[in-house]
Parts: sequence; structure tokens; C-alpha cells
Amino acid sequence: MEKRVNFKGIWLPLLLVLPQLVVTAVFFFYPAGQAIYQSLFIPDPFGLSMQWVGLGNFEYLLGNAYYRASFVTTAIFSILVTLVSMGVALYLAVLADRLIKGSGVYRTLLIWPYAVAPAVAGVLWLFMFNTRVGVVTWYLGQLGYDWNHVLNGEEAMGLVVVASAWGRISYNFLFFLAGLQAIPRSVIEAAAIDGAKFWTRFRTIVWPLLSPVTFFLLVVNIVYAFFETFGVIHTITSGGPQQTTTILVYKVFKDGFVGQDLGSSAAQSVILLVIVGILTIVQFKFIERRVHY
Amino acid sequence: MFLRNTVLASVAALVSAMPAVAQTEVEFWHAFTGRLGELVAEQVETFNASQSDYKVTASHKGNYSETLNAGIAAFRAGEQPDILMVFEVGTATMMAAKGAIKPVYEVMADAGADFNPDDFIGSVNGYYTTSGGQMLSLPFNASTPVLWVNRDALTNAGIDADVDLNTWDQVGDVLGQLKDAGHACPLVTAWQSWIHLENLSAYHNTPFATKANGFDGVDTELAMNGPIQVKHIQTMGEWAKDGKFIYTGRRNESGANFRSGECALFTESSAGYAGIKDEATFEFDVRPLPYWSDVEGAPQNTIIGGASLWVMAGQPDEEYKGVAAFLNFLSSPEIQAKWHQDTGYLPITQAAADLTKEQGFYDVNPGTDIAVIQMTANAPTENSKGIRLGSFDQVRGIIDEELEAVWSGDKDAQAALDSAKQRGDELLRRFEQTNR
Repeated sequence: MEKRVNFKGIWLPLLLVLPQLVVTAVFFFYPAGQAIYQSLFIPDPFGLSMQWVGLGNFEYLLGNAYYRASFVTTAIFSILVTLVSMGVALYLAVLADRLIKGSGVYRTLLIWPYAVAPAVAGVLWLFMFNTRVGVVTWYLGQLGYDWNHVLNGEEAMGLVVVASAWGRISYNFLFFLAGLQAIPRSVIEAAAIDGAKFWTRFRTIVWPLLSPVTFFLLVVNIVYAFFETFGVIHTITSGGPQQTTTILVYKVFKDGFVGQDLGSSAAQSVILLVIVGILTIVQFKFIERRVHY
Repeated sequence: MFLRNTVLASVAALVSAMPAVAQTEVEFWHAFTGRLGELVAEQVETFNASQSDYKVTASHKGNYSETLNAGIAAFRAGEQPDILMVFEVGTATMMAAKGAIKPVYEVMADAGADFNPDDFIGSVNGYYTTSGGQMLSLPFNASTPVLWVNRDALTNAGIDADVDLNTWDQVGDVLGQLKDAGHACPLVTAWQSWIHLENLSAYHNTPFATKANGFDGVDTELAMNGPIQVKHIQTMGEWAKDGKFIYTGRRNESGANFRSGECALFTESSAGYAGIKDEATFEFDVRPLPYWSDVEGAPQNTIIGGASLWVMAGQPDEEYKGVAAFLNFLSSPEIQAKWHQDTGYLPITQAAADLTKEQGFYDVNPGTDIAVIQMTANAPTENSKGIRLGSFDQVRGIIDEELEAVWSGDKDAQAALDSAKQRGDELLRRFEQTNR
């Protein structure tokens, strides 16, 4: 039998969801509406005048080869950050899950980087990889490798990916570890008795049972790579060398707050809004089907 | 005489006994921290103590870009300060915002202040005046690029430390000798666009942009892909390839490399003086920025970088009187001379430069007058008065990107500068559209 609570009338339920509705309206619908509205104009920075340009801002952006290249940069960056942070986190979680002694210490140590703000993480990595005085650069130099991320775009991309993924590993690690511990021991033990080796057990039992966690982390990490890595990029490369690390969000900042071009900046926000919408639909429509709850 | 003194004393007593509420508050937003922040606070305190009608409150609002954005956001909210510090690349943005600012010459005239634009050094305030000579904002901290030399590095490489480094050809020879002697970092630079394109153009009396570098209208186009600029950037690119010029970043990251003694030559702002003097454990000296001797009219004069003070619109007249008094105080010879000597920034008036000389500062600190001489040796032309471009901060970003392509060997100088011009012009057209 199904238990169902029915409220009489509409006022009480409305009152109960009201806080959520207000928060969504104030912090999401209103700014999003403003962004869409502003993207149709070229305003001056001080708000003294506005010129209607219709879709002119979008035409200007999409006609710009550097803006289009920024999509590719963002895709590469997000995929790399997600893969690295989730891959390393899963590996560490599997190892920590097998530990019997001292797992608490490992867990605590592995969670620490999450407390470091992205901008600070950026500065730390920048210190280590500074092209002239960085300690890692020095060791690489000893090995005969000339590290120079201020001129080499691939090295710059590698550095911002590592710096962005680093703090994220802790977060992913926590979720993976919790997911692993939620898998019933008896299932794994039964498989072991049947003679399944570790890798077989992982592939056929652990990984499928972990898939809700993996899916959740995939969504969260892609959103992170899209939006929250700004601090890392700003401190390490400022989008350079050339434009090799200028991701879409960084370009919104540059055009809006460095260039004071609010029309273009608003149009870019709208494009981002659309991309995130599409990504979320794709994730829930296609990937979620393969997830076993 | 006795009577007059008594009257004056009682007036003074009355004034100082007046409650603080009678003072008009003047808000001043700036971008300085550390030692510079302390010096600004000191100036403000001195001003507040020197009179009792006005009280200036200074607030730090972040770096240059953040301060400008804070000012813009505040204006939109109707909470703007009286005085806003804006870096030189934001000049066109401020100028175009006619309803948001009150030009300094107007503030001074309305307040009936004793203010003579001719007292200011032309090549310093030229950046912030109209083509007609009206001062829009008051130059506050102004510097110009010079060549810093690590004398010990030259000596160790077997080069006479007094070697002539006036021209880029001579610099090229020395870089070759340093390289041959195994030196790992012969030349570094800070602010590549400012020094090696903007100042290079002015110094060789060549336009950086059309319409008198943007002074005569927003329909300006970049022109920094001419033969002199291409030759210079091409040469730098070859130096980069040969390991004679080391690129460390877009801003002044290279300062650390020079101050630690790692690099021999360093093109950087004259305001790098305080830091270098503080940290360098080697003998250094200051030389004028080198030039190409085969260019007619070189060296002209270099242009400035730094910030100026803009007066925001929409404040009561009483506050503008306070603003006028404060700006006049800042440009007085004593305050300016002290600022110049403390910071290495240029004096903004001739009187302050003369006073510094009289005080014997240049004799005790040789080389500190190089920047002043370099700025004032020739009367500025329309190519060397300054640069006024919309979205200039972003245009510089584009130039940085294209120069990086040259330093890494991805592009030759002509292709990179052509591309920078084309991309920069797109931004200028957008700015023109905004401010039509």
C-alpha cells in the first residue's frame, strides 16, 4: 500500500516551497534574465547609455576565431581536469579502502588540499613551476628538460590542469571512498570465493555499483572545471601563453572586467548558460541510463 | 603686529575648536598597498593636518583594474567617491564617460583655485590633457621605462661596466658577449607592450595608432606594425631564440630575476628603483632606454605609465572645493619632490624637479634623474604625447599574446604585429560603437 500525505489547499505547500522559489528567482532567474537582456545591447561601462544591437554581440563573438578556439580549449581543459581528478581520486580511494590500519590518517591527509582556495593553489603550483626559480623546474632542468610554461602552451595547459585537479582530488576521494564502503562486503567476498581476482571483482562488481557516485562526480567535476577554475587560471597563466589556456569563463571575466565590454561579456554568459543546459540534459538523458542505482 | 598675531591665533583656536562635523569629507579611492600605500596615507594625513575645512579619507580598493571596476560599480549605484585613481590605460574609458567625470580643469576653475597647467611637465601631463591642452585628470604616479644594468654581471663576463649602451645595436653586441661568456640571462624585460612597442614608437617619433595615437578621436586604428616596430620585435625574437633575451611573463615577473642578480640587463619602469635599491646585492646603474640610431629623430622622448586621479561627477560643490584643495596640495613642489624621491616616480611639476635637484638628491643617488631627462629632453610630438585607446588593457593583452608567439618562434614579427593590429582594431571599433 502506498502512503501518501495530501495537503488541503494550495497555501501551505506554496509557503513551504516559497524559500526555495525565492532563492531561485533572486539568485538565478533575475541575473540570468539580466544577462539575456544586456546581451542584446552594447552598454557603456558607467551605465550612461545603451545601444540596441539585437544579436550583434553574438554575431561578433561567433565570428571571432579566437572565441571559437576558446570552446576547444574549454573542452580539452574540462575533460582533462575531470579525468585526472576522478582517476587519481578513485585510485587513492580503492587503496585507502583496502587499508586496515591507519586509514584515518591517510584520509585526513588526502582531504587537506580541498581546504585550499583555488587562487592559493594556483600560487603554490606557480611557485614550484616558476620558470626561473621554481623547485620542480630546477629538477627538470637537472634531468635535461627545459620547463617554460610562459611560452609553451602545452606545458601551461598541463600546469593549470594539475593545479585545478589537485584540490578536487580530495573531494572526489571522499565520495569514492564512501561509495566503496557502501558496497556490501558479502558480495565481494562471495566473488572472491568464486575465484574472481581483484581486477575482475573491480570491473564486474565494484565499478557498476559505484556508478551513481561516479555519475554524480562527473557532473559536479565538469561544472567545477567550467566555472570554478577561474582563480587557478588567473593566478598561473592569465589565459596565456597566446590564448592556450583562455577558457570560456576566463574570457567572460577578461571582456567584462578588463575590457569593460559588458555587452560581449553578457552574451558570453548567455552562451555559457546554454552550454551548461545542454551538458546537463546530455548527462541525465544518456549517461544516467547506464547508471545502476 | 601684535594685534594681528593675536587675531590670527584666536582665529586658529576657533577653527581648531570647531567640531569635526563641520569638515567636508572628501573620499579618495586608490590602488596602492605596501610602502606606496603608507606614503599615500602619509600625504593624506599631512593634508588633513594642514587645514581644517576638509577631511580626505583614503581607501584602498585593490589593484588598478579592481579599483577602476570598484569606481564604475559605485558610480552605477550612485555611491561614487570624489577622487578615483585610474591607471593610464583606463584614460580613454574615463574620458569617454562624460557624464561620470568632472575634468580637473573645471574643478579647479569652479573652485577658483590657483592652478596653472603650465607648471606641469608637458610629457607627464600630456597623457591626461585634451588636444586643446585642458587637464582632465591629475597625474599622480608616473614613471617611464629605462635600462637597468647589473654592473657586476658585465664585469664578470669581461665587459667594461661603463660600456656604451645607448643604442640597441650596442646592446646587441653586449648581449652577444654575455652569451659567449656563458651568461644564462643576458636580458629580461617587464611590461613588454608598454616598453617595446608603445615607448619604442614614441621614442622614435613613430605613431603607435592613427589620429595622434587616439588623442584626436575614437575612430583611431593601431599602427604599431610599421618597419621600426617590426625590426625591433624581430631583433628581440632572434635574441629570444639565441637565449640572449629571456621571457618571464607579461607583467613585471622579471623584476625578481634582475634583483636576485640572475640577469644582466633589464628594461623596466624607472619606478623599479625602490625595489632594486632595496634588494640588489650587486652594483647596478640606470641608463636611458636604448634606441635605434638609424632612425631619424630618435631619441624623441619616452611616454609615461602609472595612474592619474579622476574627479567623479555628481558630488556637492562643497566637496569639489575640497578636491581642488587636495589636488593642489598634491602638486605642490614639496609634496611632489618628496614623492619623487621616495618612490622613483617622476615629479609632475618642473618646480618639484628643480627642488629635488636643489636638495642634492640626484648627486647622492646617481641615475635617478635619467628618467626625468629622458622625458623632458624634447618637447613631445603627437607621437610621443601619450596613447589614448579604448579597451587599451585588452589591446595590450592581445599584443602580449602575439609577442609570445614571436618569442616562442611560432610567428615572425611582421605576422604577429599585423595580427595584433587587426585584432586590436576590432576592439577599437567596438569601443567606438559604444561611445559614438
